[in-house]
Amino acid sequence: MLTANIDNLKAGGASERRSALLGLARRLTNKRAAPLFVLIALCVLITIANPSFIEPRNLVRIANSAAVPLTLAMGLTFIILLGSIDLSVEGSLSVAAMVVVLLAANDANTNQFGWLAVFAAIAASTVMGLATGLIQTMLRIPSFMATLGVWFIGLGISVYMLGGSAVRLMDPSIRNLALARFAGLPLGVWVALGAFAFACTIQYHTRLGRYIMAIGGGEDLAELSGVNVRRVRILAFGLAGFFFGMAGVLSAAQLGRSDAVIADGRLFAAVTAVVVGGTALTGGEGGVVNTLIGVLIVTILGNGMILLGVSPYVQQTAQGLMIIAAVALSLDRIRLQIVK
Amino acid sequence: MLSAHSITKSFAGVPALKGVSLEIRPNEVVGLIGENGAGKSTLMRVFAGTHQPDGGTLTRDGQPVRLRNARDGAANGIGMVFQEQSLLLNLSVAENIYLGQESQFVRFGLVDWKAMRCAARRQLDKIGVDIDVTARTSELTFAARQMVELAKALTLEETIARPLVILLDEPTSVLSGSDIEILFNRVRSLKSRASFVFVSHRLDEVLRISDRVYTMKDGEVVAEHRASDISGPELHKIMVGRGLHTAYYKEDRQLPPRDEVLVDATDLGAGDTFSHVDLKIHAGEIVGIAGVVGSGREEVTRTIGGFMSHTEGSLKIMGEAVHFRSPEQAVRRSIGYIPRERRLEGLVMFLSIAENISLADLSAVTKNGLINYHAERALATDWISRLHIKAPGPDIACRKLSGGNQQKVVLARWMTAGSRILILDHPTRGLDVGAKEEVYELVRELSRQGVAILLISDTLEETIGLSHRVIVMRDGAVTARFDAAPGNKPDQVDVVRAMV
Repeated sequence: MLTANIDNLKAGGASERRSALLGLARRLTNKRAAPLFVLIALCVLITIANPSFIEPRNLVRIANSAAVPLTLAMGLTFIILLGSIDLSVEGSLSVAAMVVVLLAANDANTNQFGWLAVFAAIAASTVMGLATGLIQTMLRIPSFMATLGVWFIGLGISVYMLGGSAVRLMDPSIRNLALARFAGLPLGVWVALGAFAFACTIQYHTRLGRYIMAIGGGEDLAELSGVNVRRVRILAFGLAGFFFGMAGVLSAAQLGRSDAVIADGRLFAAVTAVVVGGTALTGGEGGVVNTLIGVLIVTILGNGMILLGVSPYVQQTAQGLMIIAAVALSLDRIRLQIVK
Repeated sequence: MLSAHSITKSFAGVPALKGVSLEIRPNEVVGLIGENGAGKSTLMRVFAGTHQPDGGTLTRDGQPVRLRNARDGAANGIGMVFQEQSLLLNLSVAENIYLGQESQFVRFGLVDWKAMRCAARRQLDKIGVDIDVTARTSELTFAARQMVELAKALTLEETIARPLVILLDEPTSVLSGSDIEILFNRVRSLKSRASFVFVSHRLDEVLRISDRVYTMKDGEVVAEHRASDISGPELHKIMVGRGLHTAYYKEDRQLPPRDEVLVDATDLGAGDTFSHVDLKIHAGEIVGIAGVVGSGREEVTRTIGGFMSHTEGSLKIMGEAVHFRSPEQAVRRSIGYIPRERRLEGLVMFLSIAENISLADLSAVTKNGLINYHAERALATDWISRLHIKAPGPDIACRKLSGGNQQKVVLARWMTAGSRILILDHPTRGLDVGAKEEVYELVRELSRQGVAILLISDTLEETIGLSHRVIVMRDGAVTARFDAAPGNKPDQVDVVRAMV
């Protein structure tokens, strides 16, 4: 134990020296600001290729298509900051969408609970998140497996409840999230910005946010400092579920219905956004502001490729390349001895 | 103020504390010494609340207390500066100091970071260090982090009305001379407000800072002294406590080494970890390196094993100059490294004995690109009988073997790979007495076969008992060399004198 300690120390000393050398280089490029530069460069390049990119109509379109990924990615960011992963994004989202559609006015039953349906949907997703946290901490199942299971549980439940078909959402006030506008932007975008503001508050101004960073930086050390690691993990998963629920409601409102494939592709987009934004998969590094930039990069790249008439299959390939490139650039792979 | 009464604690059936009683009085510095594995750190963790004792009681100010976690320890005014530092490198200094105690800065659910930074500033001022509280902890030097740790432990003062007990677990093992002096001055000036427990195995430091010294051995407190009444060598004798058993280390089987030099290091050095090390190991010779943590002996073995590259001097393996950049290169030069954590590094536990033995050199059992299982099993069966590995057969998974037998499998692997030089890094750590003896026998047998062995070990006794020659290191330099021929082994006290 002692000797291991010394080894760590020497490693720390070496990396300190290295970081001193890299200090100047880093200040010039500033790795942490890299995603922002990528975002700006992307906007400039697309504008040059197709000036209609910066037309207000297109910008609103981008904001609108970023709303759901942003809300989702807020939740996922906290889990990745913990050093865990949440694959249940699509399961939780589809459950929330299913609940809101079936409880509000719809074409499958006679329920008309209005905004209560929205609360129920978010509550259902939050409970799923809390349950995931409990499974992970109490049964000591790695988050990868626990959330993989919850993903399919959620998907199964929602498809079963919808009876395998698409159910239309008829409640006009909920539909207004997508249809009505305030200051030129759809209400859904404002909701997503609200989610972002809420996530910022949690991360930068509460103990929960700080403890999530601490656990990501070193779970054993956080525990030694008296942090209740289990509780923080459960709360973090619950918080993620809350955001996934909001995203589910937004999705249902945007589509005007809920069906089995409402969440398809959302997990990949959310993980890409978080990682491209610069949040480390190892935890403890990055945050929701990074994720906002990541979401914008992913959305704008998608929008730009459509504007430039790139084939949808090539678009997918580009996104796949982007996520690998982002991880390759952000990780300090020299220090990572084993890759699993 | 704080006392322990017959505390017992076992890990997986292995007793670490066997009824420890000791007492910490107000405004004193209590030294706690003992060899590795004597139970010092376990006892500290019991005091801090991070380990729960199996039996016995703790009392604080005469009242029995139960500490279920670090939080309970803190609530009783017990703060710990951990051996492996407990700061989170991705957080700022202020955030680290108040981690887990943010409640006092929370207004309407939000944390007032400004107030926290001011409070952290005050804490650091109290111990008289000037560190930017907004700096990321990863940017601080190790010594500065230690000061932050101390400040963090002292924050308890604000919430706990009674005097604190601060546990310092090996705080100096990672500090340089002047930093140690700074730490000691802080401890002395804080003595009026808190009691300290100072754990170390650097005896001179313990005697310098402590008022009273407890000595632990094999999970028990064996002595208590006023620091002014005892000298370092005397204390060491108590700490180690037994005479040398010549039979235990099979000294009668210690044969003179051969003439061939397998390892020849001249003026070897690596960065600031060690320098000017001359080391020759002949075929059949066992060379032990003695030294405390931080003496550089670990780095010397890691350099020869290829885990580090040397930056000064030269290293010749079997007459050829080498400069290793990876362990793989060392393995190709027939160097085998037996790590201290067999479970983590040495063996793939769920593979069979046969699979583990052939792992380092699969070509021995491969024909036309395919693994020949028959040959692999035959090889393993051969080793099982040659090394007396106690196992039902070559197909048994290594996790089912005892520690000593696992160690033999590791050795068999390196011998199969043709290793003529073996580095034994704490080869008997965690083994029971019987298993240790088996390892000693094996080491003698390897030496008889002409293998050159570089040994670092948990106990001085073992180093001296097994080795042909003992090299002593301190602060990265060789301070003494002893011949350790059978019947003429150096005295431990002399060796220790060169170590500390």
